Amino acid sequence: MQEDIFGAIGEETILDANQLTINMGPQHPSTHGVLRVRLKIDGERVIDAECVIGYLHRGTEKIVENRTYTMAVPYFDRTDYIAAVSNNLGFVECVEKMLGVEVPPRVQYIRTMMTEFQRIASHLLWLATHALDIGAMTVFLYAFREREEILKLMEAVFGARLTIHAFRIGGLWQDLPHGFLDACRKFSDGFEAHVDEYEGLLTNNRIWLERTKNIGVVSAEEAIDLSLTGPPLRGSGVNYDVRKARPYAAYADFDFDIPLGVHGDTYDRYLVRVEEMRQSNRIIQQCITRMPSGSIRGKAPRVIKPPVGEYFHSVEGPKGELGYYIVSEGGTSPYRCRIRPPTFINLQALRKMVKGHLVADVVAIIGTLDIVLGEVDR
Amino acid sequence: MNAWQILINYAVIPLVKIAVIVGILSGGIAYLTLLERKVIARLQQRLGPMRVGWHGILQPIADGLKFIIKEDVIPLKADKFVFTIAPAISLIPAFVVFAVIPFGPPDSLWGTGGYVTDINIGLLFVVAVSSVGVLGIILGGWASNSKYPLLGALRSTAQMVSYEVAMGFAIIGVLLVANSLSLVDIVQKQKTMGLWFFFVQPVSFLVYYACGMAETNRLPFDLPEAETELVGGFHTEYSGFRFSLYFIAEYANMITVSSLAVTLFFGGWLRPFPNVAALAFLDLIPPPLWFTIKVLTFLYVFIWVRGTLPRFRFDQLMNIGWKVFLPVAMANVIVTSAVLLSFL
Amino acid sequence: MTSAVADQIVFYTLAALIVGMSLMVILARNAVRSALYLISALIGFAALYVRLKAEFIAGVQILVYVGGIMVLFLFVIMLVSVRRMEHQAKWSHQWKVALVAALVLAAELAYPIVKGRSLFAVKQTPEAVLTKTQNIQTVGEVLYSTYLLPFEIASVLLLVAIIGAVVLAKKRI
Repeated sequence: MQEDIFGAIGEETILDANQLTINMGPQHPSTHGVLRVRLKIDGERVIDAECVIGYLHRGTEKIVENRTYTMAVPYFDRTDYIAAVSNNLGFVECVEKMLGVEVPPRVQYIRTMMTEFQRIASHLLWLATHALDIGAMTVFLYAFREREEILKLMEAVFGARLTIHAFRIGGLWQDLPHGFLDACRKFSDGFEAHVDEYEGLLTNNRIWLERTKNIGVVSAEEAIDLSLTGPPLRGSGVNYDVRKARPYAAYADFDFDIPLGVHGDTYDRYLVRVEEMRQSNRIIQQCITRMPSGSIRGKAPRVIKPPVGEYFHSVEGPKGELGYYIVSEGGTSPYRCRIRPPTFINLQALRKMVKGHLVADVVAIIGTLDIVLGEVDR
Repeated sequence: MNAWQILINYAVIPLVKIAVIVGILSGGIAYLTLLERKVIARLQQRLGPMRVGWHGILQPIADGLKFIIKEDVIPLKADKFVFTIAPAISLIPAFVVFAVIPFGPPDSLWGTGGYVTDINIGLLFVVAVSSVGVLGIILGGWASNSKYPLLGALRSTAQMVSYEVAMGFAIIGVLLVANSLSLVDIVQKQKTMGLWFFFVQPVSFLVYYACGMAETNRLPFDLPEAETELVGGFHTEYSGFRFSLYFIAEYANMITVSSLAVTLFFGGWLRPFPNVAALAFLDLIPPPLWFTIKVLTFLYVFIWVRGTLPRFRFDQLMNIGWKVFLPVAMANVIVTSAVLLSFL
Repeated sequence: MTSAVADQIVFYTLAALIVGMSLMVILARNAVRSALYLISALIGFAALYVRLKAEFIAGVQILVYVGGIMVLFLFVIMLVSVRRMEHQAKWSHQWKVALVAALVLAAELAYPIVKGRSLFAVKQTPEAVLTKTQNIQTVGEVLYSTYLLPFEIASVLLLVAIIGAVVLAKKRI
């Protein structure tokens, strides 16, 4: 088995056979962490690809079984560490659903706004790395410039930038700081122009078009069969977004569109994500203007002991449908907590997508799937 | 002519010139890296190196020292001999080329000429010698005995050989107009014509410069070392000083391509509009400085392009080379010859 | 007089270098090393051309052989496993044929050496030719006038080779 994993690195051959097995990762500049892909290539053409995952496995789901519900929240910062706020939202709302706690509208609005900020930040990181993988270096730094602003906003509210521990069960830790909404408005007003800037560098760039059009095509049926969610699904033209399908938090109150792709290629997924950033910004602007006042804490019990039962709640994370399935036996900690990780499932499409493409396209396709190994391995 | 004069004319003066050029070139390459980092930083709204000296002015020196004192790793299964000499094979041609590039007119430098030597096959010499540099890359990639470098080496072989062809054809356009292979003659001809060859051969220039970018493995053609796909390409296994030799060779080649572009298309050491007497005050700037300014402009374009464009994919690159640049360059040669034969 | 002696020294040094490198080409076990020695020998030839005042030929020699053909040689060598080659028998079974071929070749080489300069009618020295025109013009004129037919035949041959290579390499056209 060991032999098989490492392929034909052995004594005799490097290019004896027509096929060559190369390991892309786990240390590779563009596998976005510790993903390892075993590529079988013929020249530069990929014949087969196999993902080897688990290098970042920390057993989050098991750890959570031994923590109280309150203590469990920060562990989900560390699954998809690019979008900690969305993860928190999913778990916190699931527990609230278990307890039947009503959350005040101000909390709902703040949660929605911050989650949308997080979506923008996550998409910016995706755009940055995806563009860098294809060689456009400047987009990387432009995108990080705006992400930095968002992280500053996060820090102002939650006191941290990456692993935020954003929400508490039943409400928030503290209210928005003074002048925060003005800072948000300032960012939000300028953001549209920044998106235009990225698009100016990429959207009509001939090299970018040639590198992304017709690369990693997934048809709508295939996308459903692979149970893709998020931008990879919508890039293939399937209109499914949890925010519209089963509205949670305050999404029912806002106007926003779900961008859809047509061809299901890398370019369409790029357009979908870029448009999602603009839509998220729209939601944020509505949040700012309509932000209700009031309490930031719901009536959650001091000791959280959800009734016996099985619960599932999902939210639309930046990378796809992020679900939490929690089994309670009535104790202070979950009997079982299973995450439906969007990127783990989206990653399964990689094999199908890279077959027949070139080695350079593998990088583009890994980028377009927008995986985070913290979540894939958990 | 006595023995002393022979010694001075054929040994001392060239050796001094070589020493000066190698010195300026090495320093230029070191500061080209700083320039690149600073320019890219400006494009990307950041500062670039700031810590070592005033605005990072000593950064190249620190980098050089770092390269020298780093451990020299040779992989266990590498072919030691080839692995060791490959960077040198890449570096030496990059410097040798400068022997024939003229920095000033023949009567400058007390009549010894603003160049090391003026040979009648100057242009061919440049093309031929720089084609040898490819060997260093292939051998380095092969000798590492590792997969990513091998893939990088195969890519670079294919890339550089194909782009050399298109580049050769692009240069022939200039050759036909100038009627000489000597680089000094080519510049002189631009003076007598009173016109930079860019205005006579614009197509030739565009093809040449694009191919030059491909030849030097710069974005958007930096596939042999595409760090996001092939890790480091052919130099994945190289570290320390050997790596820096490849690095220096790449930057020296950038300077070569820019210098040649200036010499062939933009009048070398000549001031703009060399025959317009009204602009004679521009002659206050000495010819080598004009040359340097022009070369720097082209180097800036190199860096600018790197900051702006994504990277081609390998097959697209080959398609452009063989199906766009080569036919265009060939058509240019045919049209130029036809025009020269029928009108002049 | 001194320049003639220097000339001789240069020639024999180069000749020794070329012969030595050529020997190493066939003696080296590793194909890549062989290629490296061949490159050295070819550069030696280029230097000889310079000495004969045929700078253009020298430049083309380096451009075509070192920068082009040897690169493709290495390309092919890299695609086969070198280690396996090293284990193969050094002397092939065709040594009898090889011996005959080598003897014939040696005789051919020995003949002009014995006959010496009288074999070729030297019409003009290079210096005399080059006073009139430049190096390249001379080569071009001769190619397109005296040796037009061989030149065209060679180009047709190359064209056939290119088409043949494409046909062999491409499965579907």
